Amino acid sequence: MSSLEFIVSHRSEVLAATREHLILVLISMAIAAAIGVPLGLVIVGHPRLRAVALAVASVLQTIPSLALFGFLIPLPFIGGIGAHTAIVALVLYALLPILRNTYVGLTSVDPAILEAAEGMGMTPEQILFRVRLPLASSVIMAGIRTAAVITIGVATIAAAIGAGGLGTFIFRGVAMVSDAVILAGAIPAAILALLADFLLGLLERRLRVT
Amino acid sequence: MINPIIEFRQVEYQISTISQPILSRVSLQIHGGETIALLGRSGSGKTTLLKLINGLRQVSSGAVLVQGRDVRDWDIIRLRRGIGYVIQETGLFPHLTVRENVCLVPHLENWTADRVTSRYAEVLQSVGLSPALYSQRHPRELSGGQRQRVGVARALAADPEILLMDEPFGALDPVTRAELQREFLALKRNLSKTVVFVTHDVREALLLGTRVVLLDSGRIIAEATPQEFVRLAHPVARNFLAAAELATGTPE
Repeated sequence: MSSLEFIVSHRSEVLAATREHLILVLISMAIAAAIGVPLGLVIVGHPRLRAVALAVASVLQTIPSLALFGFLIPLPFIGGIGAHTAIVALVLYALLPILRNTYVGLTSVDPAILEAAEGMGMTPEQILFRVRLPLASSVIMAGIRTAAVITIGVATIAAAIGAGGLGTFIFRGVAMVSDAVILAGAIPAAILALLADFLLGLLERRLRVT
Repeated sequence: MINPIIEFRQVEYQISTISQPILSRVSLQIHGGETIALLGRSGSGKTTLLKLINGLRQVSSGAVLVQGRDVRDWDIIRLRRGIGYVIQETGLFPHLTVRENVCLVPHLENWTADRVTSRYAEVLQSVGLSPALYSQRHPRELSGGQRQRVGVARALAADPEILLMDEPFGALDPVTRAELQREFLALKRNLSKTVVFVTHDVREALLLGTRVVLLDSGRIIAEATPQEFVRLAHPVARNFLAAAELATGTPE
Protein backbone atom coordinates (compact mmCIF):
# COMPACT_ATOMS: atom_id res chain seq x y z
CA MET A 1 0.00 0.00 0.00
CA SER A 2 1.38 3.42 -0.95
CA SER A 3 1.61 6.10 1.71
CA LEU A 4 -0.93 8.24 -0.13
CA GLU A 5 -3.42 5.39 -0.08
CA PHE A 6 -2.67 4.85 3.60
CA ILE A 7 -3.21 8.54 4.40
CA VAL A 8 -6.46 8.62 2.47
CA SER A 9 -7.79 5.48 4.06
CA HIS A 10 -6.75 6.62 7.53
CA ARG A 11 -7.55 10.29 6.95
CA SER A 12 -9.55 10.81 10.12
CA GLU A 13 -6.71 9.39 12.26
CA VAL A 14 -4.12 11.45 10.35
CA LEU A 15 -6.23 14.57 10.76
CA ALA A 16 -6.70 13.92 14.48
CA ALA A 17 -2.96 13.37 14.92
CA THR A 18 -2.23 16.55 12.94
CA ARG A 19 -4.60 18.50 15.18
CA GLU A 20 -2.95 17.02 18.27
CA HIS A 21 0.45 17.89 16.87
CA LEU A 22 -0.58 21.43 16.09
CA ILE A 23 -2.01 21.96 19.57
CA LEU A 24 1.20 20.62 21.13
CA VAL A 25 3.25 23.03 19.01
CA LEU A 26 0.98 26.04 19.57
CA ILE A 27 0.93 25.63 23.35
CA SER A 28 4.70 25.11 23.49
CA MET A 29 5.39 28.08 21.22
CA ALA A 30 3.06 30.34 23.18
CA ILE A 31 4.83 29.47 26.44
CA ALA A 32 8.30 29.72 24.87
CA ALA A 33 7.51 33.17 23.45
CA ALA A 34 5.94 34.28 26.72
CA ILE A 35 9.19 33.37 28.49
CA GLY A 36 11.77 34.09 25.77
CA VAL A 37 10.73 37.59 24.70
CA PRO A 38 10.40 39.11 28.20
CA LEU A 39 13.60 37.34 29.29
CA GLY A 40 15.31 38.84 26.23
CA LEU A 41 14.09 42.31 27.28
CA VAL A 42 15.49 41.77 30.76
CA ILE A 43 18.93 40.45 29.77
CA VAL A 44 19.65 43.46 27.54
CA GLY A 45 20.24 45.50 30.67
CA HIS A 46 21.83 42.76 32.79
CA PRO A 47 25.09 41.43 31.32
CA ARG A 48 25.64 38.79 33.98
CA LEU A 49 22.13 37.36 33.68
CA ARG A 50 22.52 37.51 29.90
CA ALA A 51 25.60 35.25 29.96
CA VAL A 52 23.85 32.74 32.20
CA ALA A 53 20.52 32.74 30.32
CA LEU A 54 22.09 32.37 26.88
CA ALA A 55 24.46 29.65 28.13
CA VAL A 56 21.64 27.66 29.73
CA ALA A 57 19.45 28.00 26.64
CA SER A 58 22.35 26.92 24.42
CA VAL A 59 23.11 23.87 26.56
CA LEU A 60 19.44 22.85 26.54
CA GLN A 61 19.50 23.01 22.76
CA THR A 62 22.44 20.57 22.60
CA ILE A 63 20.69 17.81 24.59
CA PRO A 64 19.41 15.19 22.13
CA SER A 65 15.65 15.51 22.09
CA LEU A 66 14.89 11.87 22.86
CA ALA A 67 17.25 12.08 25.86
CA LEU A 68 15.58 15.27 27.10
CA PHE A 69 12.17 13.59 26.99
CA GLY A 70 13.70 10.68 28.90
CA PHE A 71 15.22 12.96 31.54
CA LEU A 72 11.91 14.67 32.15
CA ILE A 73 9.80 11.56 32.73
CA PRO A 74 10.98 10.84 36.31
CA LEU A 75 10.73 14.49 37.41
CA PRO A 76 7.90 15.43 39.78
CA PHE A 77 5.26 17.94 38.61
CA ILE A 78 6.70 18.68 35.17
CA GLY A 79 7.56 15.06 34.32
CA GLY A 80 5.63 11.88 33.74
CA ILE A 81 4.06 10.36 30.67
CA GLY A 82 1.95 12.51 28.37
CA ALA A 83 1.55 15.80 26.62
CA HIS A 84 2.53 18.11 29.47
CA THR A 85 6.01 16.59 29.71
CA ALA A 86 6.37 16.94 25.96
CA ILE A 87 5.37 20.60 26.20
CA VAL A 88 8.06 21.26 28.81
CA ALA A 89 10.69 19.74 26.54
CA LEU A 90 9.44 21.61 23.47
CA VAL A 91 9.45 24.92 25.36
CA LEU A 92 13.06 24.34 26.44
CA TYR A 93 14.03 23.69 22.81
CA ALA A 94 12.21 26.70 21.44
CA LEU A 95 13.69 29.06 24.01
CA LEU A 96 17.14 29.60 22.53
CA PRO A 97 16.19 30.98 19.08
CA ILE A 98 13.54 33.25 20.62
CA LEU A 99 15.77 34.48 23.43
CA ARG A 100 18.80 35.00 21.20
CA ASN A 101 16.89 36.81 18.47
CA THR A 102 15.15 39.04 21.00
CA TYR A 103 18.51 39.99 22.46
CA VAL A 104 20.18 40.49 19.07
CA GLY A 105 17.21 42.44 17.71
CA LEU A 106 17.14 44.79 20.67
CA THR A 107 20.89 45.40 20.70
CA SER A 108 21.25 45.95 16.95
CA VAL A 109 19.07 49.09 16.85
CA ASP A 110 21.04 52.03 15.43
CA PRO A 111 22.69 53.80 18.41
CA ALA A 112 22.03 57.20 16.77
CA ILE A 113 18.28 56.51 16.94
CA LEU A 114 18.55 55.51 20.59
CA GLU A 115 20.49 58.65 21.40
CA ALA A 116 17.91 60.77 19.59
CA ALA A 117 15.21 59.13 21.70
CA GLU A 118 17.18 59.78 24.88
CA GLY A 119 17.91 63.36 23.84
CA MET A 120 14.20 63.97 23.26
CA GLY A 121 13.48 63.07 26.86
CA MET A 122 12.09 59.56 26.53
CA THR A 123 12.45 57.47 29.68
CA PRO A 124 14.37 54.17 29.48
CA GLU A 125 11.05 52.27 29.52
CA GLN A 126 9.63 54.41 26.72
CA ILE A 127 12.78 53.87 24.66
CA LEU A 128 12.55 50.11 25.22
CA PHE A 129 8.87 49.71 24.40
CA ARG A 130 8.32 52.46 21.83
CA VAL A 131 11.61 52.40 19.96
CA ARG A 132 13.73 49.33 20.58
CA LEU A 133 11.02 46.68 20.68
CA PRO A 134 9.17 47.83 17.52
CA LEU A 135 12.48 48.10 15.64
CA ALA A 136 13.52 44.64 16.85
CA SER A 137 10.16 42.99 16.13
CA SER A 138 11.13 41.57 12.76
CA VAL A 139 14.29 39.95 14.18
CA ILE A 140 12.28 38.60 17.12
CA MET A 141 9.72 37.18 14.67
CA ALA A 142 12.57 35.49 12.78
CA GLY A 143 13.51 33.76 16.04
CA ILE A 144 9.94 32.66 16.62
CA ARG A 145 9.82 31.32 13.08
CA THR A 146 13.00 29.29 13.56
CA ALA A 147 11.68 28.00 16.89
CA ALA A 148 8.34 27.01 15.30
CA VAL A 149 10.01 24.97 12.57
CA ILE A 150 12.25 23.22 15.12
CA THR A 151 9.30 22.56 17.44
CA ILE A 152 7.16 21.01 14.70
CA GLY A 153 9.99 18.58 13.95
CA VAL A 154 10.91 17.76 17.54
CA ALA A 155 7.25 17.34 18.49
CA THR A 156 7.15 14.13 16.41
CA ILE A 157 9.45 12.56 19.02
CA ALA A 158 6.98 13.49 21.76
CA ALA A 159 4.95 10.46 20.71
CA ALA A 160 7.67 8.36 22.36
CA ILE A 161 6.47 9.54 25.77
CA GLY A 162 2.81 9.22 24.94
CA ALA A 163 2.10 12.79 23.93
CA GLY A 164 0.40 11.80 20.69
CA GLY A 165 0.70 13.83 17.52
CA LEU A 166 2.10 12.88 14.13
CA GLY A 167 5.02 11.07 15.74
CA THR A 168 2.59 8.28 16.60
CA PHE A 169 2.54 7.23 12.93
CA ILE A 170 6.30 7.51 12.63
CA PHE A 171 6.99 5.29 15.64
CA ARG A 172 4.32 2.85 14.55
CA GLY A 173 5.76 2.79 11.04
CA VAL A 174 9.26 2.14 12.37
CA ALA A 175 7.95 -0.75 14.45
CA MET A 176 6.01 -2.14 11.47
CA VAL A 177 8.90 -1.46 9.04
CA SER A 178 6.35 0.35 6.88
CA ASP A 179 7.41 3.41 4.91
CA ALA A 180 3.77 4.16 4.16
CA VAL A 181 2.92 4.49 7.85
CA ILE A 182 6.10 6.53 8.61
CA LEU A 183 5.25 8.89 5.77
CA ALA A 184 1.68 9.27 7.03
CA GLY A 185 3.29 11.06 10.01
CA ALA A 186 6.29 12.61 8.26
CA ILE A 187 4.48 14.20 5.31
CA PRO A 188 1.90 16.15 7.34
CA ALA A 189 4.69 17.22 9.76
CA ALA A 190 6.77 18.48 6.84
CA ILE A 191 3.77 20.34 5.41
CA LEU A 192 3.11 21.94 8.81
CA ALA A 193 6.74 23.04 9.05
CA LEU A 194 6.71 24.54 5.56
CA LEU A 195 3.43 26.32 6.23
CA ALA A 196 4.65 27.74 9.54
CA ASP A 197 7.87 28.87 7.89
CA PHE A 198 5.97 30.57 5.07
CA LEU A 199 3.31 32.27 7.19
CA LEU A 200 5.68 33.47 9.91
CA GLY A 201 8.03 34.60 7.15
CA LEU A 202 5.27 36.82 5.78
CA LEU A 203 4.69 38.26 9.23
CA GLU A 204 8.41 38.84 9.67
CA ARG A 205 8.61 40.81 6.41
CA ARG A 206 5.59 42.89 7.40
CA LEU A 207 7.30 43.86 10.64
CA ARG A 208 10.55 44.79 8.95
CA VAL A 209 11.34 48.50 8.97
CA THR A 210 13.89 49.87 6.56
CA MET B 1 23.11 91.95 32.99
CA ILE B 2 20.57 89.31 32.01
CA ASN B 3 21.35 85.80 33.18
CA PRO B 4 22.58 83.46 30.47
CA ILE B 5 20.15 80.72 29.43
CA ILE B 6 23.03 78.24 29.07
CA GLU B 7 26.34 78.54 30.83
CA PHE B 8 29.50 76.43 30.82
CA ARG B 9 31.73 76.98 33.84
CA GLN B 10 35.28 75.66 33.63
CA VAL B 11 34.05 72.45 32.02
CA GLU B 12 36.35 69.47 31.72
CA TYR B 13 35.27 66.29 30.00
CA GLN B 14 37.33 63.18 29.66
CA ILE B 15 36.48 59.56 29.19
CA SER B 16 39.38 58.16 31.20
CA THR B 17 42.02 59.78 33.37
CA ILE B 18 44.88 58.57 31.19
CA SER B 19 43.59 59.91 27.88
CA GLN B 20 43.61 63.48 26.59
CA PRO B 21 40.58 65.41 27.79
CA ILE B 22 37.92 65.85 25.12
CA LEU B 23 37.00 69.25 26.53
CA SER B 24 39.25 71.37 28.67
CA ARG B 25 38.62 74.59 30.60
CA VAL B 26 35.55 75.46 28.58
CA SER B 27 33.63 78.49 29.79
CA LEU B 28 30.87 79.99 27.72
CA GLN B 29 27.71 81.99 28.27
CA ILE B 30 24.81 81.74 25.86
CA HIS B 31 21.99 84.25 26.10
CA GLY B 32 18.35 83.93 25.15
CA GLY B 33 17.68 84.41 21.45
CA GLU B 34 21.26 83.83 20.35
CA THR B 35 22.21 81.40 17.60
CA ILE B 36 25.54 79.91 18.55
CA ALA B 37 27.59 78.12 15.92
CA LEU B 38 30.00 75.62 17.47
CA LEU B 39 32.63 75.40 14.78
CA GLY B 40 35.49 72.94 14.75
CA ARG B 41 37.11 70.04 12.99
CA SER B 42 36.16 66.42 13.64
CA GLY B 43 37.28 65.50 17.14
CA SER B 44 37.44 69.09 18.36
CA GLY B 45 34.83 68.33 21.02
CA LYS B 46 31.97 70.37 19.56
CA THR B 47 29.39 67.58 19.56
CA THR B 48 30.35 66.63 23.11
CA LEU B 49 29.87 70.26 24.15
CA LEU B 50 26.37 70.15 22.67
CA LYS B 51 25.50 66.88 24.42
CA LEU B 52 26.53 68.30 27.79
CA ILE B 53 23.60 70.71 27.49
CA ASN B 54 20.90 68.02 27.34
CA GLY B 55 22.72 65.65 29.62
CA LEU B 56 23.65 63.02 27.03
CA ARG B 57 27.18 63.48 28.42
CA GLN B 58 28.13 64.55 31.94
CA VAL B 59 31.00 66.86 32.83
CA SER B 60 34.06 65.39 34.55
CA SER B 61 34.47 68.65 36.43
CA GLY B 62 33.06 72.14 36.23
CA ALA B 63 29.38 72.71 35.58
CA VAL B 64 26.81 73.25 32.86
CA LEU B 65 23.86 75.42 33.83
CA VAL B 66 20.61 75.58 31.90
CA GLN B 67 18.28 78.41 32.90
CA GLY B 68 20.47 79.01 35.90
CA ARG B 69 20.30 75.48 37.21
CA ASP B 70 23.03 72.84 37.09
CA VAL B 71 22.17 70.08 34.61
CA ARG B 72 22.91 67.56 37.39
CA ASP B 73 20.15 69.11 39.50
CA TRP B 74 17.56 68.99 36.75
CA ASP B 75 15.07 66.17 36.37
CA ILE B 76 16.82 64.97 33.24
CA ILE B 77 13.59 63.97 31.45
CA ARG B 78 12.05 67.42 32.13
CA LEU B 79 15.20 69.15 30.96
CA ARG B 80 15.34 67.20 27.71
CA ARG B 81 11.67 67.66 26.90
CA GLY B 82 12.22 71.38 27.14
CA ILE B 83 15.08 71.26 24.66
CA GLY B 84 14.59 70.48 20.98
CA TYR B 85 17.23 68.14 19.59
CA VAL B 86 18.03 67.72 15.91
CA ILE B 87 20.69 65.37 14.63
CA GLN B 88 21.67 64.21 11.16
CA GLU B 89 18.95 62.34 9.30
CA THR B 90 19.38 59.07 11.18
CA GLY B 91 17.54 60.57 14.14
CA LEU B 92 13.99 60.03 12.86
CA PHE B 93 12.30 56.88 14.09
CA PRO B 94 11.98 54.66 11.00
CA HIS B 95 8.97 52.72 12.34
CA LEU B 96 6.89 55.84 12.95
CA THR B 97 5.12 58.06 10.45
CA VAL B 98 6.01 61.72 10.02
CA ARG B 99 3.11 62.68 12.24
CA GLU B 100 4.03 60.16 14.94
CA ASN B 101 7.64 61.33 14.86
CA VAL B 102 6.69 64.99 15.14
CA CYS B 103 4.05 64.48 17.82
CA LEU B 104 6.07 62.15 19.99
CA VAL B 105 7.09 64.60 22.72
CA PRO B 106 3.66 66.33 22.84
CA HIS B 107 2.14 62.85 23.29
CA LEU B 108 4.61 61.97 26.04
CA GLU B 109 3.66 65.26 27.64
CA ASN B 110 -0.01 64.23 27.52
CA TRP B 111 -1.22 67.08 25.35
CA THR B 112 -4.87 66.87 24.33
CA ALA B 113 -5.57 65.40 20.88
CA ASP B 114 -6.80 68.76 19.55
CA ARG B 115 -3.73 70.59 20.74
CA VAL B 116 -1.44 67.92 19.22
CA THR B 117 -3.29 68.11 15.89
CA SER B 118 -3.10 71.88 15.61
CA ARG B 119 0.54 71.95 16.74
CA TYR B 120 1.43 69.28 14.16
CA ALA B 121 -0.07 71.36 11.36
CA GLU B 122 1.64 74.47 12.67
CA VAL B 123 5.17 73.07 12.90
CA LEU B 124 4.98 71.18 9.62
CA GLN B 125 3.94 74.35 7.82
CA SER B 126 6.72 76.24 9.54
CA VAL B 127 9.28 73.92 7.95
CA GLY B 128 7.60 74.15 4.55
CA LEU B 129 5.86 70.77 4.40
CA SER B 130 2.17 70.05 3.83
CA PRO B 131 0.76 68.57 7.07
CA ALA B 132 -1.83 66.42 5.28
CA LEU B 133 0.45 65.18 2.54
CA TYR B 134 3.19 63.92 4.84
CA SER B 135 1.28 62.81 7.91
CA GLN B 136 1.15 59.08 7.04
CA ARG B 137 4.53 58.80 5.34
CA HIS B 138 7.48 57.01 6.86
CA PRO B 139 10.98 58.49 6.92
CA ARG B 140 12.17 56.04 4.25
CA GLU B 141 9.68 57.57 1.79
CA LEU B 142 11.18 61.04 2.18
CA SER B 143 14.15 62.72 0.55
CA GLY B 144 17.10 63.78 2.69
CA GLY B 145 15.92 67.38 2.76
CA GLN B 146 12.39 66.38 3.73
CA ARG B 147 13.70 64.15 6.50
CA GLN B 148 15.75 67.01 7.87
CA ARG B 149 12.72 69.31 7.76
CA VAL B 150 10.73 66.72 9.70
CA GLY B 151 13.61 66.50 12.18
CA VAL B 152 13.42 70.25 12.77
CA ALA B 153 9.61 70.10 13.04
CA ARG B 154 9.91 67.33 15.62
CA ALA B 155 12.38 69.35 17.67
CA LEU B 156 10.06 72.38 17.59
CA ALA B 157 6.88 70.42 18.34
CA ALA B 158 6.78 70.90 22.10
CA ASP B 159 7.76 74.56 21.67
CA PRO B 160 11.07 74.37 23.53
CA GLU B 161 13.03 77.49 24.40
CA ILE B 162 16.30 75.90 23.39
CA LEU B 163 17.11 74.10 20.17
CA LEU B 164 20.24 71.95 19.84
CA MET B 165 21.29 70.93 16.35
CA ASP B 166 24.12 68.53 15.62
CA GLU B 167 25.28 69.10 12.05
CA PRO B 168 21.66 69.42 11.00
CA PHE B 169 22.36 70.04 7.34
CA GLY B 170 25.56 68.00 7.09
CA ALA B 171 24.21 65.07 5.12
CA LEU B 172 22.46 67.12 2.43
CA ASP B 173 23.50 68.01 -1.10
CA PRO B 174 24.72 71.61 -1.49
CA VAL B 175 21.55 72.90 -3.15
CA THR B 176 19.20 71.42 -0.57
CA ARG B 177 21.51 72.56 2.20
CA ALA B 178 21.44 76.18 0.96
CA GLU B 179 17.65 75.97 0.74
CA LEU B 180 17.31 74.68 4.29
CA GLN B 181 19.78 77.24 5.60
CA ARG B 182 17.70 80.05 4.08
CA GLU B 183 14.54 78.58 5.55
CA PHE B 184 16.23 78.20 8.91
CA LEU B 185 17.09 81.90 8.92
CA ALA B 186 13.50 82.81 8.08
CA LEU B 187 12.22 80.44 10.74
CA LYS B 188 14.63 81.83 13.30
CA ARG B 189 13.37 85.36 12.69
CA ASN B 190 9.86 84.29 13.64
CA LEU B 191 10.81 82.29 16.72
CA SER B 192 12.44 83.62 19.82
CA LYS B 193 14.48 80.50 20.44
CA THR B 194 18.01 80.03 21.59
CA VAL B 195 19.79 77.80 19.10
CA VAL B 196 23.10 76.01 19.54
CA PHE B 197 24.30 74.18 16.47
CA VAL B 198 27.39 72.20 15.61
CA THR B 199 29.05 72.49 12.23
CA HIS B 200 32.38 71.99 10.55
CA ASP B 201 31.33 74.28 7.70
CA VAL B 202 32.59 77.80 8.31
CA ARG B 203 30.19 79.25 5.71
CA GLU B 204 27.26 77.73 7.55
CA ALA B 205 28.59 79.02 10.88
CA LEU B 206 28.92 82.56 9.52
CA LEU B 207 25.57 82.48 7.72
CA LEU B 208 23.43 81.11 10.54
CA GLY B 209 25.26 82.03 13.72
CA THR B 210 24.85 85.29 15.60
CA ARG B 211 28.02 84.22 17.37
CA VAL B 212 30.65 81.72 16.27
CA VAL B 213 32.50 79.68 18.88
CA LEU B 214 35.63 78.08 17.49
CA LEU B 215 36.86 74.87 19.11
CA ASP B 216 40.17 73.17 18.66
CA SER B 217 41.39 70.09 20.56
CA GLY B 218 38.77 70.52 23.25
CA ARG B 219 39.30 74.21 23.92
CA ILE B 220 37.45 77.30 22.90
CA ILE B 221 40.01 79.32 20.99
CA ALA B 222 37.78 82.10 19.72
CA GLU B 223 34.33 83.61 20.18
CA ALA B 224 33.28 86.17 17.64
CA THR B 225 30.39 87.58 15.69
CA PRO B 226 30.45 86.58 12.03
CA GLN B 227 31.71 90.10 11.16
CA GLU B 228 34.59 89.78 13.61
CA PHE B 229 35.30 86.16 12.77
CA VAL B 230 36.48 86.82 9.22
CA ARG B 231 39.15 89.17 10.60
CA LEU B 232 40.46 86.80 13.28
CA ALA B 233 44.20 86.27 13.22
CA HIS B 234 44.22 82.92 15.00
CA PRO B 235 45.80 80.32 12.71
CA VAL B 236 42.94 77.81 13.20
CA ALA B 237 40.41 80.47 12.24
CA ARG B 238 42.56 81.47 9.26
CA ASN B 239 42.71 77.82 8.17
CA PHE B 240 38.96 77.53 8.24
CA LEU B 241 38.52 80.77 6.33
CA ALA B 242 41.22 79.93 3.82
CA ALA B 243 39.69 76.50 3.18
CA ALA B 244 36.40 78.20 2.42
CA GLU B 245 38.17 81.03 0.54
CA LEU B 246 36.61 83.58 2.86
CA ALA B 247 39.77 85.16 4.26
CA THR B 248 39.82 88.95 4.21
CA GLY B 249 43.25 90.53 4.32
CA THR B 250 46.37 88.81 5.53
CA PRO B 251 47.19 88.76 9.22
CA GLU B 252 50.65 89.93 10.24
